[in-house]
Amino acid sequence: MLDITIVANRLFRYRKNSVLPGFRLTLGFTLFYLGLIVLIPLGAVFWKTSTLTWSQFWQTISMPTAMASYRLTFGASFLAALVNAFFGLIVAWVLVRYEFFGKKIIDSLVDLPFALPTAVAGITLASLYAQNGWIGQLLAPLGIKVANTQIGVFIALTFIGLPFIVRTVQPILEDLDPELEEAAASLGANRWQVFWRVILPMLTPALLTGFALAFARALGEYGSVIFIAGNIPMKTQITPVIIMGELDMFDYGKATAIAVVMLVVSFLLLLGINVLQWWTNRYNTTNLA
Amino acid sequence: MKTLLKILLAASLAVSAGAKEIKLLNVSYDPTRELYAEYNNAFAKYWKARTGDDVVVSQSHGGSGKQAQSVINGLEADVVTLALAYDIDAISTQARSLPADWQKRLPNNSTPYTSTIVFLIRKGNPRQIKDWDDLVKKGVGVVVPNPKTSGGARWAYLAAYAYALEHNNNDDAAARGFIQKLYKNVPVLDSGARGSTVTFAQRQIGDVLLAWENEAHLALKEFGADNFEIVTPSLSILAEPPVSVVDKTVRRHGTAEVAKAYLEYLYSDEGQDIAGKNFYRPRNEKAAAKYASRFASLKLVGIDQVFGGWAKAQKTHFADGGVFDQIFQP
Repeated sequence: MLDITIVANRLFRYRKNSVLPGFRLTLGFTLFYLGLIVLIPLGAVFWKTSTLTWSQFWQTISMPTAMASYRLTFGASFLAALVNAFFGLIVAWVLVRYEFFGKKIIDSLVDLPFALPTAVAGITLASLYAQNGWIGQLLAPLGIKVANTQIGVFIALTFIGLPFIVRTVQPILEDLDPELEEAAASLGANRWQVFWRVILPMLTPALLTGFALAFARALGEYGSVIFIAGNIPMKTQITPVIIMGELDMFDYGKATAIAVVMLVVSFLLLLGINVLQWWTNRYNTTNLA
Repeated sequence: MKTLLKILLAASLAVSAGAKEIKLLNVSYDPTRELYAEYNNAFAKYWKARTGDDVVVSQSHGGSGKQAQSVINGLEADVVTLALAYDIDAISTQARSLPADWQKRLPNNSTPYTSTIVFLIRKGNPRQIKDWDDLVKKGVGVVVPNPKTSGGARWAYLAAYAYALEHNNNDDAAARGFIQKLYKNVPVLDSGARGSTVTFAQRQIGDVLLAWENEAHLALKEFGADNFEIVTPSLSILAEPPVSVVDKTVRRHGTAEVAKAYLEYLYSDEGQDIAGKNFYRPRNEKAAAKYASRFASLKLVGIDQVFGGWAKAQKTHFADGGVFDQIFQP
């Protein structure tokens, strides 16, 4: 009997007792707001897709040009987020741990990709990396072409993703108690061990969040990529361009079908990252406690 | 300051007491900016003289397909002046804003002016580009927008295809091979005509731009005749950018009469002259003769004769899995 009530309590306890009042009201607002801003538009995408039959749906999402675009979009976004995770961590580290002249300026530079209209970013990158551009002409003799290749897509996505990593890691790094590192050192850990065993585990959840944000941002990016990609089918065409093409031919059903693929895959990937993050976080807090 | 205010007040009173001010929205495609900027003024003067009312025409420009979509999604266009009949057909079928036989309501398939696709090349013609055959040679960079997203690019594709058919005894397989080779030489597929012009003229990519004839002349004006030249191929497509009143909107706005007059005046001597001046080929013989020197003569083929109309061309060539998709498959 007792067991059953405990189980029931666990199962149905949809809220933890909190000292703060207003749970129902704020949850209501949250659901209403999310519904209005996120769920209704996304629901409309699924609704429009349902005008297709299953075979039409499958045919659309498995077109060779679409398949090639998924590979490019997800691949380049993943790589760009990965590179940003590495270099973004270094940038955050430098900004938090050292004092130097011009730090404030560098700190605000990090946000620039946020603020810049993506089309401006795209045109700027495209002209820099074009074969006669400032950077492109240095790379051309080495046989490296950036503009109008997949590398161009990757560079644009890296550019727009940087702030996400820096801005999520920075506050955690600031809160990190240097005494922990000193303690580790006094217990005989070398610098590498301190970083690898003490600092990195504490940063991992924030890094994962930043990675997820940068990755998600890159998946949906359109404006900056189309200027530098060249948009050649099967080679440098990202999925959003395919969606635009369908819209331009008034195939709304097909456009939303491909959008649904993007949505579902992105959602699953982000969910996976969130689970991973939750798991590392739990590991962290139990260890520290 | 006070006198200024008084003048303003008096002026506004005078306006409100006098003639009506009518507002029209003309939703058009990319390269017509200059044409309609000039035409709107001319029409306003004509309408003022005829009825005493002031008419202010606003313009909206963008890729033809996107503009049609905006109208389908509720952009309140009184008239549409788009790059191809297929886009106005879509407004008719998707939003039922105008009757299916809209193209029969005005002379010449509702296209007061025509255009075609020509080549814009770099000065001195370093690649010796004279005709379509030269575009499929190895190493030649051809800049053209994506036919899936750009009306002009669809005309360009069809022009190349028509040329290949003509030179291969109408053999479809040979024409496909030609088109495939042509698009292998395309380094960038922009989404619209203006985007491609910028890629070619400003970013210096490619050796030849496949452009609307009027867009090529504008680029020559804008970027300098000492940098570029226009080459007219031996054969190209007769591009008919059509115009129509959007019945649903004009009924609601009460602008049916003025919208109809706005389009009809395009066929007048003055309207035709402005079209010619802005590098569109006029229908009217007088205007055509006046501007004959600007337009090189070439063989122009119609989409109905060669491709059996837009609906068929669209399905065969540009729909998913169509010829355009196939030529990119390995």
